[in-house]
Amino acid sequence: MSSLEIRHLKKSFGALKVTDDVSLDVRSGELHAIIGPNGAGKTTFISQLSGQLASDSGDILLDGQSIMRLSMPKRVHLGLARSFQITQVLPHFTVLENVAVAVQARSGSSFRFFSPVAGDAALNARAMAALGEAGLADRADVQASALSHGEHRRLELAIALATEPRVLLLDEPLAGVGGEDADAFVAGLARLKSRFTMVLIEHDMDAVFRLADRVSVLVYGRIIATGTPEEVRSDPQVRAAYLGEEEEEVA
Amino acid sequence: MTNLFVLQLLNGVQLGVLLFLIAAGLTLVFGIMDVVNLAHGVLYMVGAYLIATFAAATGSFWWGLALMLPAAVVVGLVLEWVVIRRLYARSHLDQVLATFGLVMIASEAVKIIWGVSPLAVPMPEILSGSVPLMGPLQYPVYRIAIIVAGLAVAAGLYVVINHTRIGMLLRAGATDRMMVSALGVDIGRLFAVVFTLGAVLACLAGALVAPILSVDTGMGESVLILTFVVVVIGGIGSIKGAFFGAILVALVDTLGGVFGPILLREVLDPAAAGQAGRMLAPMLVYILMALILFAKPAGMFGGRG
Amino acid sequence: MADATIPHAAPMRRPLAGRVKAAVVLFAIFAALPPVAAALDDPFFVLIGTRILAYAIAAMALDLILGYGAMVSFGHAAYLGFGTYAVAILSSYGVHDIFLQTAAAILVSALFALVTGAISLRTRGVYFIMITLAFGQMAFFFFISLSAYGGDDGYGLAQRSTLLGSDMLENDFALFYATLATLVALFWACHRIVGSRFGRVLTGIRENPTRMEAIGYSPFRFQLAAFVISGCMTSIAGVFLANQAEFVSPAFMSWHRSGELIVMVVLGGIGTLSGAIGGAVAALLLEEALGALTEHWRLWFGLFLVLMVLYSPNGIAGLVKQVANRGRKS
Ligand SMILES: Nc1ncnc2c1ncn2[C@@H]1O[C@H](COP(=O)(O)OP(=O)(O)OP(=O)(O)O)[C@@H](O)[C@H]1O
Ligand SMILES: [Mg+2]
Repeated sequence: MSSLEIRHLKKSFGALKVTDDVSLDVRSGELHAIIGPNGAGKTTFISQLSGQLASDSGDILLDGQSIMRLSMPKRVHLGLARSFQITQVLPHFTVLENVAVAVQARSGSSFRFFSPVAGDAALNARAMAALGEAGLADRADVQASALSHGEHRRLELAIALATEPRVLLLDEPLAGVGGEDADAFVAGLARLKSRFTMVLIEHDMDAVFRLADRVSVLVYGRIIATGTPEEVRSDPQVRAAYLGEEEEEVA
Repeated sequence: MTNLFVLQLLNGVQLGVLLFLIAAGLTLVFGIMDVVNLAHGVLYMVGAYLIATFAAATGSFWWGLALMLPAAVVVGLVLEWVVIRRLYARSHLDQVLATFGLVMIASEAVKIIWGVSPLAVPMPEILSGSVPLMGPLQYPVYRIAIIVAGLAVAAGLYVVINHTRIGMLLRAGATDRMMVSALGVDIGRLFAVVFTLGAVLACLAGALVAPILSVDTGMGESVLILTFVVVVIGGIGSIKGAFFGAILVALVDTLGGVFGPILLREVLDPAAAGQAGRMLAPMLVYILMALILFAKPAGMFGGRG
Repeated sequence: MADATIPHAAPMRRPLAGRVKAAVVLFAIFAALPPVAAALDDPFFVLIGTRILAYAIAAMALDLILGYGAMVSFGHAAYLGFGTYAVAILSSYGVHDIFLQTAAAILVSALFALVTGAISLRTRGVYFIMITLAFGQMAFFFFISLSAYGGDDGYGLAQRSTLLGSDMLENDFALFYATLATLVALFWACHRIVGSRFGRVLTGIRENPTRMEAIGYSPFRFQLAAFVISGCMTSIAGVFLANQAEFVSPAFMSWHRSGELIVMVVLGGIGTLSGAIGGAVAALLLEEALGALTEHWRLWFGLFLVLMVLYSPNGIAGLVKQVANRGRKS
């Protein structure tokens, strides 16, 4: 399993400092939750880690090696996978194909031009395994665009799993999922927990406190607290800034 | 040698100014409406045919020019209203197809209306003849007039873009379309105005060159591609880019054609230099484009890739 | 788990199978054309047929990047030009063998596509369209200035290409069937490519490039490879066009030609391969038919294009479906 170290990471959009000198250690094997109010910069942070967005300065180390200068695809090949807050799937592909193409990225060359890929049993088997873990195996043959919102979230997770990550970055996997569906999803995440190092962004506090080993709180692009769920829950600064109590005092 | 250089330099600037007039509208249409308009070169041709017709009917270049302008406004408005407006929300592929269709319709319609033989537009009396430049060197007054007129339009556009409300909307629209609609502006009207403005500028360019060029159905073609190069080099949506891009492309095109072979003669024997020069000259602009895009994929002044 | 994989081999192929069927029908009709033309004693049909087949190859090659890769290349006529001039130039040096000529065409096209594709693919959308157009014009002007081969006026071929040392292609029927065989072979190749690992990645990039990058693919390499493959295939069409016309000229590579190739692909429905073939047939027949009616056929063809875009976004295939649906409703 792998660790992720983030050193003085910065990112501005114009005058807006969205990631403001963030340093963070994600320990090997832990599930590290990041919480923060809307617009705090959580998605931006994940995008910087995954390489989708270039950082202004700072450093990101995966198992001690800097990955700052690597493109997003290269980072994926080192085992860094992300899911998206706003679902990104291949709409005209079937669910299985969506996942199989992710498996394919990590197994063998994709510069093979003639043998049919649809019948590649090895790829499909591994894709089905990932779908099974995300609880979507029974929908494998459906076109992705026909999935419900909850199913889209599961597919998003299955695709990330299929890239065989060592570190999994999940951006609000539960966004818009409610009720029993959410409970089942959380249970699914709990089962994955011991297998990957995970960074989980989530608004659902119940889920966060149930799943996380440690929690960091991001407000206006700064980490204002890091600790166990209990520590963070009782941190007065967090209560003030994030849980919305006594805003006057902080200001 | 110096004389030849000055002469070609002026020719280059004159071509550049014309290219700018055409490219200005095109870059706005691309930048603000995100529409690929292959039919923009057609407008240049139509401008030339309009002035040819009006000048012949009235017997005066100036009357021809004066009548051409409102006619160009009508052409722009109608084109926007009938076809272009329906393409805003469509894919680039659809836009390519539809405007490609427009090119076919327009060049054929021009053939039907005006015939295939080229038309000539008489040069206005006071602008004919040449002025001495330096030593024995003479330069046609009319070409100088084109340069002056083009620069005046460029200056006018500069003022409009940088110091008026509509200019502000245009600048905002070229970089961020959402923002303009967020400002509560009637986007449909803004687009119609921009398109028509571009159409009039292209027609004007066509009208201005009419006296020194034979007016024929192929004239839109050659210029369209050069204009594309200008827009791409300058950066889509950037008037400033269109200006510097136009001058650069025109200078490379005119000077390269003449001085390329001369320079090549330094390294090759004359016959080979002549041959290589003739082959390279028409390609220079595209090589320039490739180099600029390799360094800056969004063009010299382009924000968006 | 393993047993679950077996049924999944099917779904991606099922729609493909339909496309193959459509193509096979088209091929069968083509194959029957020469005997019919012979019976009607009108060899001109065979020449037109050869021309249509050659354009079908080009349109299909373009569909590979336009339909499956979402790359709107507006400079593909350049590759037609490379094919035609490979025949003309080599044959002027006494090299008549069609395989050598084709190899030369492919080599030049691969180089040109590699360089111009690498630059063009650094950009997106409108830029990509205009840059490919400009590079196409660059090639066009190069051949215009090639005075040894007639420049603007073009260059007549002394003879057609030879096949394995025989001059059988001088026979129009033989040339027709050689072109048809090439189309069938290339269709098969495209069909395999589309269904391969590579094809799946290419299509995925069309669907959602961000997603593909997030699972570890760099779109650029795949798009460039497809661009090169497509360019090379298009140049093969050029080899046959030169033989059909026994004449080459820069007109084969004007930007209008590039536009017409796009029209063909869209007419038949993009991203279907067989659609591009059907589109080539439809566009060229329409051209011939309008041309027989009026010398101003371009006006009507243009009008047809504009109306098609405005009222039938999915091409003729879409139009047929629309009409069929309406018929069912009433
Ligand atoms: N590409 C961009 N350009 C300019 N500003 C941006 C861009 N992306 C994000 N922002 C701004 O950066 C800030 C942080 O956005 P981000 O999406 O990272 O927040 P978030 O914490 O993920 O919010 P949410 O909880 O709503 O998902 C917001 O103010 C947003 O408007
Ligand atoms: Mg977010």
